[in-house]
Amino acid sequence: MTITEDAPAGHVGSRRLRKEDPALLTGEAKFIDDLALPGAIWVGVVRSTEAHANIVGIDGSAALEIDGVNEVLSGEDLAPLWGEGALPCAWPVTPDMKNPAHLPVARGTAKYVGDAVAVVLADSRYAAADGAAAVVVDYEPLPAVVEIEDAVADGAPLVHADLESNECYTWGLWGDNAPAIDAAFAEAAHVVSERYLQQRLIPAPMEPRGCAAVPSPAGGELTLYSATQIPHILKVMTAVVLGIPENKLRVVAPSVGGGFGCKLNVYAEEILCSALAMQRGAPVRWTEGRAEAAVSTIQGRGQVQHIELAADADGKVTAVRVKLLADMGAYLQLVTPGVPLLGGFLYHGCYDIPNYMFECTSVFTNRTPTDAYRGAGRPEATYAVERAMDSLAVSVGVSPEEIRARNFIGADAFPYTSSAGLIFDSGDYQTVLDKAVALADVDGRRAEAAQRRASGSSKRIGVGFSSYVEMCGLAPSRVLASLDYGAGGWEAATVRISPTCKVQVVTGSTPHGQGHETCWSMIVADKLGVDPDDVEVLHSDTAVSPTGLDTYGSRSLAVGGTAVYMATEKVIDKARAIAAHQLEASEDDLEFSGGVFSVRGTPEAEVPLAGIAFAAFTAHDLPDGMEPNLEAHVTYDPPNFTFPNGTHIAVVEVDTDTGDVDLIDYVAVDDCGVQINPLIVEGQVHGGILQGAAQALYEDAVYNSDGQLVSANLGDYLVPSAAEAPRFRLDSHATPSPTNPMGVKGVGEAGTIAAAPAVINAVVDALRDLGVTDVDMPASPQTVWRAIADAQGGAS
Amino acid sequence: MTAVTLTVNGTERSLDVEPRTLLVHALRDDLGLTGTNVGCDSSSCGACTVLVDGQSAKSCTMFAVQADGAGITTIEGVADADGTLHPMQQAFHENHALQCGYCTPGMVMAAISLVEEYPGLDENGVRHGLEGNLCRCTGYQNIVDAVLAAAGSGGD
Repeated sequence: MTITEDAPAGHVGSRRLRKEDPALLTGEAKFIDDLALPGAIWVGVVRSTEAHANIVGIDGSAALEIDGVNEVLSGEDLAPLWGEGALPCAWPVTPDMKNPAHLPVARGTAKYVGDAVAVVLADSRYAAADGAAAVVVDYEPLPAVVEIEDAVADGAPLVHADLESNECYTWGLWGDNAPAIDAAFAEAAHVVSERYLQQRLIPAPMEPRGCAAVPSPAGGELTLYSATQIPHILKVMTAVVLGIPENKLRVVAPSVGGGFGCKLNVYAEEILCSALAMQRGAPVRWTEGRAEAAVSTIQGRGQVQHIELAADADGKVTAVRVKLLADMGAYLQLVTPGVPLLGGFLYHGCYDIPNYMFECTSVFTNRTPTDAYRGAGRPEATYAVERAMDSLAVSVGVSPEEIRARNFIGADAFPYTSSAGLIFDSGDYQTVLDKAVALADVDGRRAEAAQRRASGSSKRIGVGFSSYVEMCGLAPSRVLASLDYGAGGWEAATVRISPTCKVQVVTGSTPHGQGHETCWSMIVADKLGVDPDDVEVLHSDTAVSPTGLDTYGSRSLAVGGTAVYMATEKVIDKARAIAAHQLEASEDDLEFSGGVFSVRGTPEAEVPLAGIAFAAFTAHDLPDGMEPNLEAHVTYDPPNFTFPNGTHIAVVEVDTDTGDVDLIDYVAVDDCGVQINPLIVEGQVHGGILQGAAQALYEDAVYNSDGQLVSANLGDYLVPSAAEAPRFRLDSHATPSPTNPMGVKGVGEAGTIAAAPAVINAVVDALRDLGVTDVDMPASPQTVWRAIADAQGGAS
Repeated sequence: MTAVTLTVNGTERSLDVEPRTLLVHALRDDLGLTGTNVGCDSSSCGACTVLVDGQSAKSCTMFAVQADGAGITTIEGVADADGTLHPMQQAFHENHALQCGYCTPGMVMAAISLVEEYPGLDENGVRHGLEGNLCRCTGYQNIVDAVLAAAGSGGD
């Protein structure tokens, strides 16, 4: 017999199937609208049909004649429920940032199509919808600001009449570097100066939002159920806005049908239902419709980007200068103003660029508020730098892969301090790119493209590159403080071992499709030597998981998973002390492997974890002074961000007759650090890529000049189907992050960050010999056809 | 109110509904079968897909009264009584074809119907056959693989 038994094959790194699946596959899982709440009051929200208008009158008489409609309430009627309380913005990025009071239901003036102007209370969902449709609102239209650049034009109408302009804030990052940057541009052999548009996007998780507030009038408690990514943050914010003592408030996120950032917020309906439930002593619920979601849930992106690169004769970039105009929409939601900043540190991409200047001016428009959408700032930054690098490659006369190779941060340069002030953890960008080039058969594709061009084919082939790096693992709390964010960036975990040696993990992360239950179980199972099926993972309910900061910014594994890992180690430390006591050995002489403590050199002296767990429970014979039970809690504040990276290559076929773009191949090589479960990693990358490609090719929240959203439903807003999606071909190259003990980085947003520039670079590559140098997103057939026609000297 | 009789997952159910009640709301609100989800209001997303007399249908696009007398199969009715998953459900599990799971019941029902109606589909056929069902999480690749696997295994 060996001293220690061989550890069972580790679960971490295996393609273990998800334990979340059975409930979701059978319809057993309960989403927000599935909750049965007898006697609930249904809320219907009357939304402004005007982009900017004074509310002259609200006539609910027709609505009140509908069977089941009980009340019609205006913003004035509801005002006593929240007094001066407004929806919270947690990120005042500058001391002088403008943050106009954002009431859950507008009073006096509606500021965007979709702004809540009145509320109907009814007995059923149908009556609530009928009632909301029957309320007649008398509007006095005001001039509206719709497009970003119009907001800063001379004489622009004011979104908020009490402000001097539509500017929300200006935030910059260049320190005392301005002279060096000017010098770099003055001395440059090549200068690239580009303007790119980031169209607004509708996040469109398949489950719209919804919430239900259930009071316990006798004790004054309230339980708020919401389709949210952030039950913990929502709890604090609801308590603050409505003055509900936190100890009387519980927030539960049931099964949540996707979020992508748009459920990272504190919404009017959550505050409204909570306030009404407390007032009425009855459950109050609301379920969002899809067309309603397009205007009442935050939108993503919405930027005009100006990027300039200065480079020497060899194409080595010496400076990058970025000026951004960002669309906040009519009001600031939870982290609206911070989104451009999350990209603001990454406009040098994965390149070693010594001089860096970023400036963002954010403006109000009469449109739905923007906020975090998958990638949040980083897809925008990556798009600008990766499109500009391709332009530089043309200017220098080298290939896209060569211009990248000449500028990459070297594999030996880590930890690397960027000119924007970040410390990059690890990476090997050239190896990643080389792998992608080989996998995509770039040479073969280029030969095919040349052949098509030579033969005069109307079906052009284009190959597009995108090398990206992102900052994830949000975030060191002190760094957030320096950015004026209103909270920390830690995450909490508790690990408990029951008397029968089953394991309970409580996590402050809040999954909504990412597979936390499976991955956390794998991590804990490996450390404890138990079966992952013997681990339960509790989350998303502030009564069982009271401490947490939730899920966004690809932070769950790097921060929340690390907390779980560390809490498990802490439990093992306690178990070791008990084992040493039982075995009459020194803790230093114990080994723990395969769920068994044994004494080095004395193989028969061993005790399984199950024995320790039971002993800790009975507490009959524990070391002096030790508390009973095996349980540990950890709150982990990361010392740094993590920096996932990769190279993606898109291959497109563009029909020059019709402008139609077909994505015919897509290769992605990602470095997300150590992978806990490659099956889940690949799923995240697949979905992320399609969302990014959808921005490039299909999706656009189109507003007309009156501020009406004309792509409000899924017939007009083109979320791609399986028929449009390509087959993705993936590989990876892990450089473990030294920031955390597992070496993990995060992968939730990588695909979305990388994909849009890869696809547009491919489209432009296909058409470059026709004179096309840029194609706006989305590259619809009409947009592409016009780009070709313009390049050829006007439509014939 | 109008009386409607439906045979849902093999059990005859009688209910009184407003004539305008959508089939999906009759299933969810009147019969408590909340596995069928609602993802849009324009028949675009397919989250509400059920089988009506064996054919896939978007239950948000039908009135309950139109289904009077019909046999309805929902996601709750496809696994065996002992909990053994339907081969299509099993294939979704094994291929990691779901993440948040909201589109999944509709996607599984559409896939069951598709494979039954068109045996021997190739990848392109599956992709076009599922065009009416949107998923925002997976990028579809694993869904397509799951459907091909289930079809290949003779799972209906």
